[in-house]
Amino acid sequence: MNPAVEPATTAPDRVELRLPCRPEWVALARLAAAAVANRLKLSIEDIEDVKLAVAEACTAVIQHEHHGEFIELTCETLPDALRIRVHDAGRHLPPSQDGASMDFDEARVAGLGVFLIRTLMDELSYDVHPELGTDLRMVKRLTGHPG
Amino acid sequence: MQVREAPGDCYIVDLSGEIDVYTSPKVKDAIGELIDRGVYHLVINLEKVRYIDSTGLGVLIGGLKRVREHGGSVNLVCTNPQIKKIFDITGLVKIFGIFESEETAMKALV
Repeated sequence: MNPAVEPATTAPDRVELRLPCRPEWVALARLAAAAVANRLKLSIEDIEDVKLAVAEACTAVIQHEHHGEFIELTCETLPDALRIRVHDAGRHLPPSQDGASMDFDEARVAGLGVFLIRTLMDELSYDVHPELGTDLRMVKRLTGHPG
Repeated sequence: MQVREAPGDCYIVDLSGEIDVYTSPKVKDAIGELIDRGVYHLVINLEKVRYIDSTGLGVLIGGLKRVREHGGSVNLVCTNPQIKKIFDITGLVKIFGIFESEETAMKALV
């Protein structure tokens, strides 16, 4: 069978990408995540959600004063979901955003990225380790797998 | 990115491609230059934009806040469902006028 049309296997695959923590590399991160999402046969709309969520996660790292030198993107194909980890060696929490508002002051604009990730993905969590750095983990479930 | 003068002290800014953390500073500079020149009524055409993220939204919000200080306005042209979805879920549809065509966006400028 042609590998290009072979359906995704049920065994988890892991794709890892290590990028310089700079704005010009965010496009590569979202394209890589989109390629993995496509491999899992997510819908076009869900792939766009994943692209935006990964870009927002990377952007949040880059815009933070205490970010690490690299961003590590890990995408895992689960039988019913795409699991993504965005890691950097810095220690920081993203700006909070508890909902969009008519009053878009600077803090709320800064929090838009996190708000978008929360809205577009099915799960989102953070882990800030004093020595290992910051992990942002998110999950996009395949349609028809409510989890 | 292209800037066009339109009738009635209005300018149209055509954006294209991907508006993200790498490209949005250029958009911010272009819009900022127009406002610095006293242009307070803008139509920003997003028809050729394939992707926009929160940094792009931040630039548009920043531009809108600046022109509003001078009684101006910013209307957007957007028909791409994926782009419109981002304005919907962030609530930005309530603060921007979003139109299907350049003509309607220009007519609706305050």
